[in-house]
Amino acid sequence: MSRRLELRQVSKRFGDIDVLADITLHIEPGEFVSILGPSGAGKSTIFSLLTGGLEGHGGDVDFDGRPLADTRRPFAFMPQHDALMPWRTVIGNTALGLEVQGMSRKAARDKVAPLFGEFGLAGFEQKYPAQLSGGMRQRAALLRTVVQDRAMLLLDEPFGALDALTRTGMQRWLQTMWERHRWTVLLITHDVREAVFLSDRIYVLSGRPARVLREIAIPLPHPRKDLASPEASAIEADILDTLLDPQPAQRT
Amino acid sequence: MSQPFSAAPRIATLFAKIGPALLSVGTLVLAWELYARISRISPTTLPAPSRVLAQAIQQRQALFDNTVPTISATLAGFACSLAVAFILSVLIDFFKPLRRALFPVFIISQTLPLVAIAPLVVLWFGFGLTPKIMLVALVTFFPMLVALVQGYESIDRDISALLSSMGASRMRIFLLARLPSSLPYFFAGLRISITYAVVGAIFAEYAGAAKGLGIYMLNAKNNFRPDLMLAAVLVSALLTLALFAATVLIQRAAAPWERLEGARKP
Ligand SMILES: Nc1ncnc2c1ncn2[C@@H]1O[C@H](COP(=O)(O)OP(=O)(O)OP(=O)(O)O)[C@@H](O)[C@H]1O
Ligand SMILES: [Mg+2]
Repeated sequence: MSRRLELRQVSKRFGDIDVLADITLHIEPGEFVSILGPSGAGKSTIFSLLTGGLEGHGGDVDFDGRPLADTRRPFAFMPQHDALMPWRTVIGNTALGLEVQGMSRKAARDKVAPLFGEFGLAGFEQKYPAQLSGGMRQRAALLRTVVQDRAMLLLDEPFGALDALTRTGMQRWLQTMWERHRWTVLLITHDVREAVFLSDRIYVLSGRPARVLREIAIPLPHPRKDLASPEASAIEADILDTLLDPQPAQRT
Repeated sequence: MSQPFSAAPRIATLFAKIGPALLSVGTLVLAWELYARISRISPTTLPAPSRVLAQAIQQRQALFDNTVPTISATLAGFACSLAVAFILSVLIDFFKPLRRALFPVFIISQTLPLVAIAPLVVLWFGFGLTPKIMLVALVTFFPMLVALVQGYESIDRDISALLSSMGASRMRIFLLARLPSSLPYFFAGLRISITYAVVGAIFAEYAGAAKGLGIYMLNAKNNFRPDLMLAAVLVSALLTLALFAATVLIQRAAAPWERLEGARKP
């Protein structure tokens, strides 16, 4: 099985600030992988490099075995803040990617409209983002992302801004959705429990300049219903140790 | 959410909004009226509001005839200024060095005293509509340009990052995101400029015109008729208010989401 995405010794500096020191990671097709790291480590910077928002870095990035530069926009990207356009209705926002791809306004809307039920947004098609709750905004942003039919999803802290209860609900919902669709996902988060609950594998990053401290496989079977099974809790505790006390990082 | 009888609350909220303004203006006018009556000051120095109003009604035909050219000059000048400001703002957005090349010139244009410029423009372009249009454009153009350029810059970085991740061209990003982001700035600029526009048109007429509120005021002054002068002022104030209200209504129609956003903010 060829790797969907592979980063080898990727580094990035802004002026004289080293942000990424050595990022080496990979994702297989259909895999759910999370990147965990402290705030300001450079997680969003990794996504900016992948989506072309930032240029120039050290190391190599391959997609499906070819240099990323030779591929045509394989990612559907969900930015850290939902980035819904306040002036577009919910259906207009969710159809945005398809319209940019060249689909007509009507065709794009016809394609997203049937998905509103599954994303818990039925009846809100013609509302503006300001009329949605926080959880609904995130689901709208997710719908805008997945409907683009790209080879891989890049989700930057999709639930970071939500209250704890809504966040747990959204994590369960995303888990169900992923089991149904088996997207290839790279998720950024600093919520350890979220990473353990959702992922097949987790990369733990150090603080700036970021390097990969550990790679952790989560062998828990799907479907996962329980956020706090004993096995999951043990993995969580282990990861927290690494994040809070990164000194003995060599124990990888 | 929908109320069966929504008219009554609407009138109530409308009144809650404009009530305080009516009250403060009313108090001022009342104090003025009282002062004019009690002090028995000569009406050729300070006419009472009631006298101004009576004169305004009596002179309504003359006032109307002189208001029409002022409105045409204001709207024509403002339209020109909007068109030029929009085109230049787009050019500046796509070609940043243009901003540094042009802004100093425009800033200087804003420091020119109208008292000096207005007679010169009239001297060069005659008593017709052209000099008025030019002066209105001169005073409103730069605020509109700054508002638009700032509005484009106010784009949420995440939204432009999202659009480029989708493969949108620079032009597409401008149309889909930068332009709509500029709307609140555009309308803020519009509300300020429209008030300048009326003043600019009156100033231009004051410097020389066949008809218009400005020339009407000049004649009233020369004939020692402060009551007529103030009647013209009243008309220009009402005109400005009406234009201001029109921009608010246009904004509501053009950007219905803004009121929703406002409702969410504490
Ligand atoms: N365009 C830029 N120019 C200069 N410095 C930048 C730029 N973008 C990011 N940085 C710096 O890079 C560092 C990492 O930023 P990044 O947004 O990737 O962090 P993060 O891991 O996503 O943090 P958080 O979890 O808080 O979102 C920060 O110190 C930031 O100041
Ligand atoms: Mg980030």
